[in-house]
Amino acid sequence: MGYPHKPHPKETVVLSKHFGEADARSYKGWVKRGGYEMLKQALTMEPAKVIDVVKESGLRGRGGAGFPTGLKWSFMPKEKKKPHYLCVNADESEPGTFKDREIMRWTPHALLEGAAIAAHAIQAEVTYIYIRGEFTEPWTIMERALGEASAAGVFGGMKVHLHRGAGAYICGEETALMNSIEGKRGNPRIKPPFPAAAGVFGMPTTINNVETLAAVPHILKHGAAWYKGLSLASPKSTGTKLFSICGHVAKPGNYEVTMGFPLKDLLYDLAGGMRPGRTLKACIPGGSSVPILNREETESCLLDYEGVVEKGSMLGSGGVIVLDDTTDMVYQIMRLARFYAHESCAQCTQCREGTAWTTKILERILSGQGKTADLDLLLDLADNMTGKTICVLSDSCAAPVVSGIKKFRNEFEDYIAGRRKPVMVA
Amino acid sequence: MSVGTHETPPAGTEEYQPVFTGEMLERLQDVFSRYPTKQAALLPALWMVQQARGWISDRSMAEVAEVLGITPAYVKGVVTFYTMYHQHPVGRYFVQVCTTSPCNVCGAEAVARALLEATGAKELGATSPDGKWTVIEVECLGACGFATPLLVNDDFIESVTPDKVPELVRKYT
Repeated sequence: MGYPHKPHPKETVVLSKHFGEADARSYKGWVKRGGYEMLKQALTMEPAKVIDVVKESGLRGRGGAGFPTGLKWSFMPKEKKKPHYLCVNADESEPGTFKDREIMRWTPHALLEGAAIAAHAIQAEVTYIYIRGEFTEPWTIMERALGEASAAGVFGGMKVHLHRGAGAYICGEETALMNSIEGKRGNPRIKPPFPAAAGVFGMPTTINNVETLAAVPHILKHGAAWYKGLSLASPKSTGTKLFSICGHVAKPGNYEVTMGFPLKDLLYDLAGGMRPGRTLKACIPGGSSVPILNREETESCLLDYEGVVEKGSMLGSGGVIVLDDTTDMVYQIMRLARFYAHESCAQCTQCREGTAWTTKILERILSGQGKTADLDLLLDLADNMTGKTICVLSDSCAAPVVSGIKKFRNEFEDYIAGRRKPVMVA
Repeated sequence: MSVGTHETPPAGTEEYQPVFTGEMLERLQDVFSRYPTKQAALLPALWMVQQARGWISDRSMAEVAEVLGITPAYVKGVVTFYTMYHQHPVGRYFVQVCTTSPCNVCGAEAVARALLEATGAKELGATSPDGKWTVIEVECLGACGFATPLLVNDDFIESVTPDKVPELVRKYT
């Protein structure tokens, strides 16, 4: 559901408080809502002190990996010998995820303020906000907001620039994004060196997701203890999180809840449940790169980093893809494999070949030409695609295949045995 | 048939008009000031070419290479990596429709079919005979809660269903 809409009583509205208020997009409107007060305060604080507060809050990266944000910031050199950079990852492209888009569309200054606080904490004089090329509307809004904030002098001596992507999922991977800023193909880099040692332009760099940075002003305002207190289950997962929910639900959209919130409530209460007359079959809880959950797992899952792992998947970006009983799992897993095959940067053999072979075998099964041995072949391939490449794109392709075969094997077997009508694969 | 002779000059052989002169060059200089290397202006420079000329020809790649002090081969390597840069002319209205899983389960393929029908482009990637429309399927546009999203040039349109397609196409033509 788009904004404006009234938050559901079970939501905890922090980041999304001003979503839907057109006036909040302007500098004036943002200042009226208390905007940039925390940046002013942060600029009077020692950078190390800002890092301590964020560390203490338990904030973890909202882009997918869930790495502790304060700890990441603390990896930057304390003594400054080279220029430092901050990169903001606004390349939101993980299928099922559309939360950063709303942050930029409705509260562009929240991102700018969080980014400027982070830049101060890591002593970066230049910040690049990398926005995916397809996000034309968020780009326009961010550009206007940046112009207004710069004119108002809120960044002091720090420079903030927007950088437009040009259609490449892989540029959401941190080092691929840095290569893309440098004017190169978006190939991920071998690590180490990690970005804090040698990132964009070979200089110490921190990269954070949009949602992560948007949370920072709130942490400074209300304190680390307040943020830590926003946790319903695991103390290792704190704060609120925007969950994008899509697919076969009555009210798809973004909903902000406290970490540890039951997935069942997100699905049936906030998102209005399944479409009339349908039942839940499966759910991909953290963007398309994570293992698929079946109905039982979905309905007993708690939404935090630990809770989703306990069910055999990952929280990822918080993009929840819901699939009902009408879903052809084989076809949709093929579509996901095709996505990764299309987006592979083709550096690593396991990924370049593996994603393409996986797609081909799945297409073969769908067209009625599959063999019984194909399922073992897919699993064997997936094994060779996991944990063996420069980045995790290849692993991401393997995850839905492995979990799909494990949990919905009969659907694959139906195609292979000719019990199901073959599908024309375009 | 000889491939080396032409009775009339084929389209595109008229003298190339450089993109980076006057105001465009000034805009590019401003882009240079944002980065510590000139090469970092490559993606922005390619966007500027595409906005000015509609697509990025080999000749344009050579121009960009010249202005940035890198080789045409390097520029081509980058252009071909990113899917949004057009290496061939496209229709006046370029439509990118998402058909990745979340939209796919909500009927995105039917939207793509309706677009091919209503625009007369008939085939994905082809341009309609009147030169107005090119339709392609793209992977995830990042608006999965508003299935099916699509881009018509820079206009981002949400929640498109097959029945809304004819009206949408009419609005542009």
